[in-house]
Amino acid sequence: MTGQPSGVQRRPTGRPTDAVSDVPKDFQPRLRARARAGTVFAGLCFAATLVGVLALAALLADIITDGWHRLTPGFLSGYPSRFADRAGILPALVGSGWVLALTALVAFPLGVGTAIWLEEYAPDNRFTRAVETNIANLAGVPSIVYGILGLALFVRAFALGRSVLAAALTLALLILPVIIIASQEAIKAVPDSIRLGAYALGATRWEAICHSVLPLALPGILTGTILALSRAIGEAAPVILVGALGFLAFVPKGPLDGFTVIPFQIFSWVSRPQVEFQELAAAASIVLLVMLLLMNGTAIWLRNRYSRKY
Amino acid sequence: MAAETASFPGAAGLRRRKRTERVIARLLFVFSAVSILTTLGIVAVLLLESARFFADVSPFEFLTGTEWTPLFRPARFGVLPLLMGSVLIAGGAAIVALPLGLAAAIYLSEYAGDRTRAWLKPTLELLAGVPTVVYGYFALSFVTPIIRSILPGTSIFNAASASIVMGIMIIPMVSSLSEDAMRAVPQVLREGAYALGATKFEVAARTIVPAALSGILASFVLAVSRAIGETMIVTIAAGSTPALTLNPFTSVQTMTAYIAQTSFGEAPQGSVEYNTIFAVGLALFALTLAMNVISGMILRRYREAYE
Repeated sequence: MTGQPSGVQRRPTGRPTDAVSDVPKDFQPRLRARARAGTVFAGLCFAATLVGVLALAALLADIITDGWHRLTPGFLSGYPSRFADRAGILPALVGSGWVLALTALVAFPLGVGTAIWLEEYAPDNRFTRAVETNIANLAGVPSIVYGILGLALFVRAFALGRSVLAAALTLALLILPVIIIASQEAIKAVPDSIRLGAYALGATRWEAICHSVLPLALPGILTGTILALSRAIGEAAPVILVGALGFLAFVPKGPLDGFTVIPFQIFSWVSRPQVEFQELAAAASIVLLVMLLLMNGTAIWLRNRYSRKY
Repeated sequence: MAAETASFPGAAGLRRRKRTERVIARLLFVFSAVSILTTLGIVAVLLLESARFFADVSPFEFLTGTEWTPLFRPARFGVLPLLMGSVLIAGGAAIVALPLGLAAAIYLSEYAGDRTRAWLKPTLELLAGVPTVVYGYFALSFVTPIIRSILPGTSIFNAASASIVMGIMIIPMVSSLSEDAMRAVPQVLREGAYALGATKFEVAARTIVPAALSGILASFVLAVSRAIGETMIVTIAAGSTPALTLNPFTSVQTMTAYIAQTSFGEAPQGSVEYNTIFAVGLALFALTLAMNVISGMILRRYREAYE
């Protein structure tokens, strides 16, 4: 940066001058005005930061005032209904649980495996760089495009139908880049001395990774995975494409059953004009936010409990 | 001596361990191929399925047509109204999020003390974790009534409400990435500016922001790309009227909302209406990918500056 302080004009002169005579005769430090501008600017920046915080508070207040009185035991154990007073989210809760478990089952080994390969095995060549660039770009693909992929590939080509499994596979691909990137960071943070120590004791590369590197990287990997899963559990757009059902009168019992999830249930209720259904959407939003809060809380706890510095 | 040799794994054990090693290396390689296959799958699905659409509708009509009426007779398939809807809403979101996000980044990087930063930054980032369907509800039930009480002519589903809420959603994206860029500015630049007599405000506005400009711009592009790809807020709050308009107080339809609403609806599989999903998806994918690549290019230029 060329740091010319405001108000100082550098005049070209033929002979050397001392610093003071370089300052123009009419230079005014205007210290008070500049200090005041600084105070105003700092205030504006703080206010801008608070806008986000206040918006979050407004959102929570809005949802809680609209939905709190609908949060009854019957709401949690009931099925969707044409009558708002009898409607519940049990199938959506169970559906979200199924999707969460299957997504984790697929995405966790794939994501961690890819991260291990990239950090510990991959040679530094064009293919490896292509994989890394590709992962970064996949992280920016809109979630609804993953929904289109899931619809064409899992629902139709693999003939899984509009099932829990099709949704879980779609969401697993969606969060794969997030898990890979988080796991890479965690593996990178393990110092080389750990690997060298294992090799010195005669371990093979995989033995060094499995017994020495992974145990140390695991808290970071788990934290990243939980955060990625909490994104999957809140997604509605891909699930719409894969074909969640708005009125599910049963609880999914297997991976090939039809399903709904909480975000989709919120969407299908919010799309109805009646006030009662809007309130149900708010109540289901509270349930969803509480689930996310629990997952994020677990992630933060894991990080604080097991994080080490080298 | 003899006992030690006996407990040492023999040649057979070593061979087994080497075999395990090869199997694992190959397995991990296969795992990492999945991400490549995902990209290929997305591109293949979008191209193959859109090919069916473009067999019925010329790409020229799709890209330049100003009417989008797939369900009427005569059906028209010009994507411009949907593109306009996406641009209008993402533009509105940018007007909200870019100044607020940048100011928040400046505050967090240059002004906030450690204790303030410790709670303010995570709180702001919570905004990025709220599911978009919940934002959609918030837009419809909270922001829209406020807009309608100020401007009674506004329709229930309107672009303004979706824009404002989407802007709030992408604030943390702008603020986090911009703050990272500002914190990466070497401390000597700050000290140099202070030594020349600059005030804190002058250091922030004339030294730090220009020095971090490419990182800030990259965050802007990435945030707008995210806004264009976002689905639920616009599906719930912005309506379903494809319109070539810049009026934010009317109902519009974005590319993402069109895809969601059509697949939610009853268009028969295999019909032209149904295949529109893939053509619009292809346009959306190409647009967001281009923006993400541009953002990455801006960021790489900036990284070279201080290495």
